[in-house]
Amino acid sequence: MMGAPAAARGSGDGALVLDGITRRFGDYTAVDAVSVEVGPGELLALVGASGSGKTTTLRIAAGYETPDAGSVRLGGTDITQLPPAKRGFGMVFQHYALFPHMPVEENVAFGLEARGVNKATRLCRAREALAAVGLEGAGARAIQSLSGGEQQRVALARAMVIEPRALLLDEPLSNLDPTLRQTMRDDLRAMLHRVGVPALFVTHDQEDAFAIADRIALLKKGKLLQSGTPDDLYHRPASREVASFIGRGTIVPAVDRGDEATISIAGNEITIPVTRPAGARAPINQAYVVLRPDALQVGGNAEQRGWSGVVVNRRFAGGVVMYRMRLSDSVTVEVESRHHGLSEGDNARVTPGKGPFPLLA
Amino acid sequence: MGVSEESLVPAAARVSAPRQSSRSRDAQRHTWLIAFPVIALLLWAVVYPNAAVVAGSFENGLGHWREFAASPADREALRTSLVISVASVFAALAIGVPLAFLLGRFEFPGRRMLRAVATLPAALPPLVGVIAFLFLYGESGVVTRALQRTLGMEEAPWRLKGVGAIVFVHAYTMYVYVFLFVSAGLERFDATLDEAASGLGAGMWQRLRRVTLPLLMPAVAGSMLLVFMNALGSFSAPYVFGGGLRVLSTQILASKTNGALGLAYVETTVLALSAVAGLILFRWLDRKRKFTSTGKGGRTRRVIRSRRAQLAMSVLAAVVVIILVLPHLMVVLVSFARDGAWTTQVLPPEYTLENYRRLFSERELWKPIINSVSMAVVATAANVVVCFLAAYLIVFRKFTGRRLLELLLALPWAIPATAIALGLAATFNRNDPATLRILLVGTFWILPLAYFIRDTPLVASAVESSLRQMDPSLEDAARGLGGSWFLTMRRVIIPAARPGLVAGALLAAVTAVGEFVASVVLYTHANRPISLEILAQLRALAFGTAASYSVLLIVLVLLMTLAARSFEERLA
Repeated sequence: MMGAPAAARGSGDGALVLDGITRRFGDYTAVDAVSVEVGPGELLALVGASGSGKTTTLRIAAGYETPDAGSVRLGGTDITQLPPAKRGFGMVFQHYALFPHMPVEENVAFGLEARGVNKATRLCRAREALAAVGLEGAGARAIQSLSGGEQQRVALARAMVIEPRALLLDEPLSNLDPTLRQTMRDDLRAMLHRVGVPALFVTHDQEDAFAIADRIALLKKGKLLQSGTPDDLYHRPASREVASFIGRGTIVPAVDRGDEATISIAGNEITIPVTRPAGARAPINQAYVVLRPDALQVGGNAEQRGWSGVVVNRRFAGGVVMYRMRLSDSVTVEVESRHHGLSEGDNARVTPGKGPFPLLA
Repeated sequence: MGVSEESLVPAAARVSAPRQSSRSRDAQRHTWLIAFPVIALLLWAVVYPNAAVVAGSFENGLGHWREFAASPADREALRTSLVISVASVFAALAIGVPLAFLLGRFEFPGRRMLRAVATLPAALPPLVGVIAFLFLYGESGVVTRALQRTLGMEEAPWRLKGVGAIVFVHAYTMYVYVFLFVSAGLERFDATLDEAASGLGAGMWQRLRRVTLPLLMPAVAGSMLLVFMNALGSFSAPYVFGGGLRVLSTQILASKTNGALGLAYVETTVLALSAVAGLILFRWLDRKRKFTSTGKGGRTRRVIRSRRAQLAMSVLAAVVVIILVLPHLMVVLVSFARDGAWTTQVLPPEYTLENYRRLFSERELWKPIINSVSMAVVATAANVVVCFLAAYLIVFRKFTGRRLLELLLALPWAIPATAIALGLAATFNRNDPATLRILLVGTFWILPLAYFIRDTPLVASAVESSLRQMDPSLEDAARGLGGSWFLTMRRVIIPAARPGLVAGALLAAVTAVGEFVASVVLYTHANRPISLEILAQLRALAFGTAASYSVLLIVLVLLMTLAARSFEERLA
């Protein structure tokens, strides 16, 4: 459905760097010494709960906020003090911020109008950009007549038609219904990659981030917890905070034995292979292991090593079933299984898969 | 006053839909039990008199209309009325829009002070504003004389007469509508639209021209309509400052006084038609709007940092504050002036408490105050009951007469007060039950009826907006729990309507107690209200007494506002 807008092709001219950004509102530190870098053509997701500072970080990148400390650079040039109008970034707002009094094509052409492009040219390019997001012929429509997904595409076309030097997106998918959201993830990823400029987007939804981003920066209370590929964050979380936010894992205490760790639940000790956190050489005193639903199995027989548990909740999820299993008074885990036969209240064995499991301090 | 700026435009000028989807036949009968008396009352009090005026204008075929068309005075009056209305709209825009931007978008020393007094002109009863201007800027006014003395001029530097003077007063009293509408528009304005525009590279002026102003247009257009209607129907300023100038509203009274009733009917019809034409024109201009501003606002005001700009803004704010407060101060000052002593001096030379003492001790002077208050109470009580029922029907009930009811509620808003008053004078001047006429002219009841009609759109609109904020399923829930209709009314609907009822009642009482335009057509000596007594004292050159009445009016308005507020606070 999309050929990238001609306007936006090959306009990447360097990485977007946020270096030690801090922003305070009164006594409250919204963003605390956050550093991230987004290369040309790269998609970085800022992920965090509300109040984590992700939107403030994005607004600093866009120029709507000025940081109290730190700098914003694009292709090596310091742009910290540059007003938004002069940055030449394309921004997609959470509620899209489409101008309600202009038809679709005027909305898309607005950035070109601001740059003094003549009317015929800018409308022509607006239509091209609309075609690129799959909205051929929608130029004359009123904003109010668009569905949420269409509005999102118009907002995207409006951001891309100006040949942005970077793309910034604030919760681009949060206003879409779940089905549309699935398809838009793929479309969005493809479109952003094609533009070839640094793209930074904010989301509270880790599944959006996993589906779209090349790399993820996880924020909590203004601090950067970890940044890395989705794979890094999932399989090699840097801390228990990261592990508890990413995925639906259960964190249980374990005894560190180098490449392995021993977990004891209800008196039943099992040793499993682990990945050690980066830089941790000596045995960790208080170690923990993350048990993820996809790394556990359910329904093994008594000879297999494992923990016995009770199904407290069973949730159908298409090809698989999610079982919530109580293994002891203090440990409940979720298990993703192809085995559909268990009901709530059934006893079953939970066995660890091959691993390795993330080990944490 | 706890009323949104939208309440100033009646429902018929907006889009509305009933909140209820379906009702049983039983409920339909129930609906008509309430709707019938309300609609009948409004048909009788609002439509019938105006229809009588239109019919009266044709009583001898086209004779009165030919008379009107042939009269140079009437043609001039029509032209002048329109010129004044259009000029007032632009003058109000020129003051109201920049002031709203200044106070809404910038932070500077003196802002709070300016904001506090920005709506002050609206608190002046119409005639009081006019006489305050007379005391200040009239030929023998304080400012005029002070300037004349300072510059050593032989004559006053200007004369407060004619179109200019009228537009000047209108600008002072009516910019408030523009200011309130545009301020509310700015507050609702979605700040991210502005950010989006700036992110796309638009500079300040481009954003203003392409984004901010177009989005404010609905608010601007609404306030323009309000100013136009008010200016067209305005009576006090042309009456006092007109000099030889004729406008339609004063022309109507002149014709009636001269006994040329047929001509007065034509003039009234023309005035009402001009107002309706204005209404239609503005709605047509605003027709393209498909959007509503739904922003959550949240934009912070820009702090002015440069020392020099701060100083300039503070000086400007101080000057505007003084201009706005001056009329009020002037009325207070003159209220202490001894009647007859102020002749050629810049300021009144002698001060006394005598004016106030007489106001409260002399029966003849005390009477208009009693009159105004009791008539306002009667009118407001009727407004509260009728408008509550009407708003309830419009918001919660779906029935065939709903559109008609909406139209009836809005009609008095579109018809200038002089025209309403003339209709009442023409209809209720004899007892003829067969034609639904009863004798009210010359009795106590004619003025409360006029006030009731004038305030119906305001009160209904205020109640309606309160009811619309209520979750419609609450009524169904209450009934579903077994509540009777009366219990549901008392425990669910009336509490929900209360803020609108209080605000509407306040507005109605405030307008009624100072009403002048309809009163001047319908009053008799026995039921004369305060405003007419002010005019009489002014004519007798008893400036002090006239001003003390004015101060009393302002105090009454203030007391009512405080009472309404404390009532709201106690209940909320």
